[in-house]
Amino acid sequence: MTVSVVQFGGSNCDRDAVRALRHLGVDAERVWHEDGIPDDTDGIVLPGGFSYGDYLRAGAMAARAPIMADVRAAADSGVPVLGVCNGAQIGSESGLTPGAFTTNASARFQCESVHLRVERADTPWTAAYDAGDVIELPIAHGEGRFEIGDDAYGKLVDDDRVLFRYCDADGAVTDAANPNGSTGNVAGVLGDRETVAVSMPHPERATLPDVAASTDGQGILRAFV
Amino acid sequence: MTEFTATVTVRLKRGVLDPEAETTKRALERLGFELSALRAADRFEVDIEADDADEAAARADEMAERLLANPTIHDYEVAVAER
Repeated sequence: MTVSVVQFGGSNCDRDAVRALRHLGVDAERVWHEDGIPDDTDGIVLPGGFSYGDYLRAGAMAARAPIMADVRAAADSGVPVLGVCNGAQIGSESGLTPGAFTTNASARFQCESVHLRVERADTPWTAAYDAGDVIELPIAHGEGRFEIGDDAYGKLVDDDRVLFRYCDADGAVTDAANPNGSTGNVAGVLGDRETVAVSMPHPERATLPDVAASTDGQGILRAFV
Repeated sequence: MTEFTATVTVRLKRGVLDPEAETTKRALERLGFELSALRAADRFEVDIEADDADEAAARADEMAERLLANPTIHDYEVAVAER
């Protein structure tokens, strides 16, 4: 499988994503956004960073870049697509996934380790876990507060599209364990297809045993194996 | 064709937390001002050539729908004036 890691101007987790995927034995390449998605792409990562300087809103500019038409077409044909951090913001801004990620309730950039409860294990992104598992991943964002509106949140839950919720070390989903004020402690969601997902926490920063305190992120990236 | 300026004002929907506005409010209070609430909004001034004001407004409206606002969290309004 060849995974294209899309590099926009201002992306900065693209190399990390490639390294993490290669560690898992996945053939991964960075793709400059102006070059478009290669035909032989079997998976796509929208990496973290500060694409277009977060102008207007985080992810707003990249979401309207021409390469996103390729990403949407690939997603619609069943190619797995994962957006991480700024990639999650791009995913929601482009309508690939529901909701929006906006300014943290703290009004601060937050760079810390968080616990996540796996809400469902029957997706490509979570097949390595059991539902209810608690995993530990890093976050690093200023605009990670998941907002969706009451009605749409109800539909999101009814449709079972929440992948991860911020929780404490025991798996309890509490306000105290919510780092950014996200609605329902939501940290990651699915798109229309289960092969499309976004996550504010960084699985690629919790994959390489030599540099990461946790390797819990490997399970998410195994969707590409 | 006439030249218009479309002013697009984008603000958070009522009830959506605005941490930056809250922080700004607290800073004003630290400076000794008394205030009950503070709301922030983004304003875009778009110069447009169009046949009439309705056409200019329609174009600015689509700009707001497709980029300037995020309908999940924002409301917006468009006002058009001849330049």
